[in-house]
Amino acid sequence: MSRDRPTRRLPVVMTLLVGLMLTIMPLADRVEAFRPDWLALLLVFWAMQLPRTWSVGTAWIVGIVLDVAHGTLLGQHALALSVIVFVTVRFHLLMRVFPLSQLTATIFALLALYQFILFWVNGVAGVVAPMIAYWAPVIAGTALWPFLFMFLSGIRFRARAGN
Amino acid sequence: MVASRGNNSNPARIPALGLRVLAFIIVSILVMYFDHRENHLDGIRKAIGAAVYPVQIVVDAPVRLWHWLGESTTSRNELELELGRLQAERLLTNARLQRLTALEAENARLRALLDARNRVRDQVRVAEILSVDANPYEHNLVIGIGSRDGVYDGQAIVDANGVVGQVIKTGVMTARAVLISDADHALPVEVNRNGLRTIAVGTGEIDRLDLPFLPNNADIRAGDVLVTSGLGGAFPAGYPVAVVNSVTRIPQQPFADVTATPAAALDQVREVMLIWSTPAVAEGAEE
Repeated sequence: MSRDRPTRRLPVVMTLLVGLMLTIMPLADRVEAFRPDWLALLLVFWAMQLPRTWSVGTAWIVGIVLDVAHGTLLGQHALALSVIVFVTVRFHLLMRVFPLSQLTATIFALLALYQFILFWVNGVAGVVAPMIAYWAPVIAGTALWPFLFMFLSGIRFRARAGN
Repeated sequence: MVASRGNNSNPARIPALGLRVLAFIIVSILVMYFDHRENHLDGIRKAIGAAVYPVQIVVDAPVRLWHWLGESTTSRNELELELGRLQAERLLTNARLQRLTALEAENARLRALLDARNRVRDQVRVAEILSVDANPYEHNLVIGIGSRDGVYDGQAIVDANGVVGQVIKTGVMTARAVLISDADHALPVEVNRNGLRTIAVGTGEIDRLDLPFLPNNADIRAGDVLVTSGLGGAFPAGYPVAVVNSVTRIPQQPFADVTATPAAALDQVREVMLIWSTPAVAEGAEE
């Protein structure tokens, strides 16, 4: 699984680190709910592009880190990220040929699935949160996706050209 | 070769993908189960938390830089205000130090004389407790001085070890005070070690306070001393309130379960001290 050169891992690790920063960065209360799920978006992108290197294992580890950073039930985000990255890897060939509009719609579905898993685990564990806490990141993440996609594609193209 | 891997033109499936995701799902559920049921995973949580800490520092850096810039460019006026505030604070701190030494001498004398109405300091006065009712619903006590001696509603009451409560009803010769352990009483406090501010809420149990508004990742641990933050206005800053007794982080709850033991022996005090905090600040301003 690790035939990639280390130089090709660096951009991914860097974007994930920046994503983690954006995730735990303090925000004003008003926009806090609309913080997109940066790491979910990043993992979906990289799993779609390089599914042999960045797959459910990475997603699970990132999810555990996210659980610790958020102070949520350990394994909750790990489960949700593993599942959506699994779906992404399973259909990565299809998703690659999607036009951007269709891909964005797919991202909406994936983010909704992600939040639904979090919602479901919260329900089992007895944590009550307002519904906007689940919907707002889905909407924000979907709105962000086209820009993020173009930005990350640029990074990926350059990383490949660098080799 | 690299390019071909990047394109992933080989439509073959990723080997054993379904099996792997199944394994990760099972592991996730197991981890969640153990995290929910018991606290065996606290060590793992702490270890990962330590690994995430540098990221938090990096995230905090711009905020800190902003503060630093703000401080470096504050106007003279603001600095003077700040200076005045700091001087007032220093005075309060000094008064507190004096209070401690004075208290030791005073205590001995009081015990001998049984005359609790001597003045200790200008801003502090000793009062004897006339009655205590500490049932689960109401934690009140009645002290032997009242409005004739300048007691006012909301005045802070401390003993040698820490905050006892505050005056709620002032009579002429007596005053009724609510203890910090009363279930209806909440007190703005801060952690002495790092300045973390929160609210200490009474529980109705004489030896327990709750700190219900601390997030799971708050920097607080057993043994931390809580002091009054002065933000509520009723209590001057810096009087010890309680010592954190236990910190239980329940991962799926938004707030940690933190309990503290009041520093003052609420059910054993005989004499308490009333603080006139405003005159002390006024004196500081005159200096």
